[in-house]
Amino acid sequence: MSSRNSPARLALRSLLRRPAALFGFTVLALVALLAVFAPWIAPYDPLATSWSLVRKAPSAAHWFGTDEVGRDLLSRVIWGGRASLSAGVIAVAIAVGAGVPIGMLAGYLGGWVDAIISRLTDAMLAIPFLILAIALAAFLGPSLGNAMIAIGITATPIFVRLARGQVLSARAEDYVEAARAVGNPPARILVRHILPNIAPPVLVQGTLAIAAAIIAEASLSFLGLGQQPPSPSWGSMLNVAQRFLTQAPWMAIFPGLAIFLTVLAFNLFGDALRDALDPKR
Amino acid sequence: MLHFLPRRLLQLIPTLFLVSVIIFSLQQLLPGDPALVMAGEEKDPEVIAQIREQYHLDKPIPVQYGYWLAGVLQGDLGESMRIKKPVSELVAEKLPVTLQLASMAMLFALLIGIPAGILSAVRKGSGWDIGANVFALWGLSTPNFWLGIMLIFLFSVKLGWLPASGFVSPFEDLRQSLATTVLPAFVLGNAIAAVLMRHMRSAMLQAMSADYVRTARAKGLYERFVVLRHALRNALTPVITLGALEFGTLLSGAVLTEQVFSIPGFGKLIVDAVFNRDYAVVQGVVLVTATVYVLLNLLADVLYVLVNPRLRS
Repeated sequence: MSSRNSPARLALRSLLRRPAALFGFTVLALVALLAVFAPWIAPYDPLATSWSLVRKAPSAAHWFGTDEVGRDLLSRVIWGGRASLSAGVIAVAIAVGAGVPIGMLAGYLGGWVDAIISRLTDAMLAIPFLILAIALAAFLGPSLGNAMIAIGITATPIFVRLARGQVLSARAEDYVEAARAVGNPPARILVRHILPNIAPPVLVQGTLAIAAAIIAEASLSFLGLGQQPPSPSWGSMLNVAQRFLTQAPWMAIFPGLAIFLTVLAFNLFGDALRDALDPKR
Repeated sequence: MLHFLPRRLLQLIPTLFLVSVIIFSLQQLLPGDPALVMAGEEKDPEVIAQIREQYHLDKPIPVQYGYWLAGVLQGDLGESMRIKKPVSELVAEKLPVTLQLASMAMLFALLIGIPAGILSAVRKGSGWDIGANVFALWGLSTPNFWLGIMLIFLFSVKLGWLPASGFVSPFEDLRQSLATTVLPAFVLGNAIAAVLMRHMRSAMLQAMSADYVRTARAKGLYERFVVLRHALRNALTPVITLGALEFGTLLSGAVLTEQVFSIPGFGKLIVDAVFNRDYAVVQGVVLVTATVYVLLNLLADVLYVLVNPRLRS
């Protein structure tokens, strides 16, 4: 992989040439930096209330205005990014961590193992995404951690199906046949030979899944099933904001914009990644 | 020509069976003893024992599942603990509301997504194409509940044109019914319009480079005729199927949209049930949703065969 024209390098070069990818990457880097360094960047304490500052419009002191108990919205949006980003990344990590090995096993072993896993995947995919996530979050109990688990479990079948399909087509390839012929055990073939070859589509799907997971977390928090008050999250901020739409529209505008920009960035980056990793291009 | 139908219907059985297993297992995630919860404040041991027997909670879990499934197969989804009504009755009451919303949303999606997709394929690389792609990206990245809140702000709070929330049945007052559903239907349809536009664009691009389109052009047909009669008819086929699959997105989206616009539909039913810890309702709604979704997927397959002459023989 260290040669100058390795596939990974070619893909990276092609990725960096795309303005959409650069824009997506820049926004993501910015959101990630804000989330990681929130304690130092946020101008105020996101939980500090002030009765003299209730629902103040955006101003020089409070760029995004203040909320119904006088908390600084900019600080809450910055801290809320922590909840949203970590929920997106951790939920997808759960889905990839569980889905890819299960899907690879199903594809490689075939037979009844594959039949059971595939039917179970079909059944889970037969329940609309958010409805399954809501049901799971409801039964697990409302909290940010449980929302991540619920979204992660709900997204798992997508990766099972993806990994299974990829392994099925890779299994017929000459390099797998060759690896088997020289006596590699199945586990080694799966991890050392097949996994690197199915990684690109998983990476693309993973990036796009983070976008979907962030919307899902915001949705659950909006419904009251994610991050619990007073901790800030973009979804729960919108829930409160709806009640004050006439008096304080800025409370609804900024958290929503934050979700939109972050999700847009993941979608742009994912789309560009797919094009860059597509060997046909 | 629909010889595959009986086999596909049979295949639904194991899928729906596993769906029912998943939904039933959800209940096992619940901390605590449901009998204790139902017994109320006093926790009279006799009442608890009676509840255990009545709801078969004293039996092993597979047996409990058997009782539950037997009920479901007879149309008995259990009873709402909160509203004291059979779940099937609640479903029958709320489903039409969501179906009205979903149909209107699909109409919006088709009216926006299909023409936008055609236009951007025919004028590839033009301002139209860029505009349509930006619209699609915007539609896919905007959380629909936020879009709903923003539209309420614009059309209800600022302009005062439409009611901010509530629902009127079309049988009561058609005008009011449309006024209460047009915003939520647009919000729901918007994301699907984006998906349809992308599918339509790529199907259309593929069709436009096909030999029969070149032949049609070589015959000297008007470009409009080539696009609409030759390319579009072929490109529409996959889009119809993919469009039907988007009904799952509609059902998911309806949960949030109904919450934002306070529409008493299916989505509101499940959210209220979640907060009232009314688990029979949650299970019932999820089961019905999954069944509807699976049947719609089947319908998509049937449509695909019906509109594709090559598959008819």
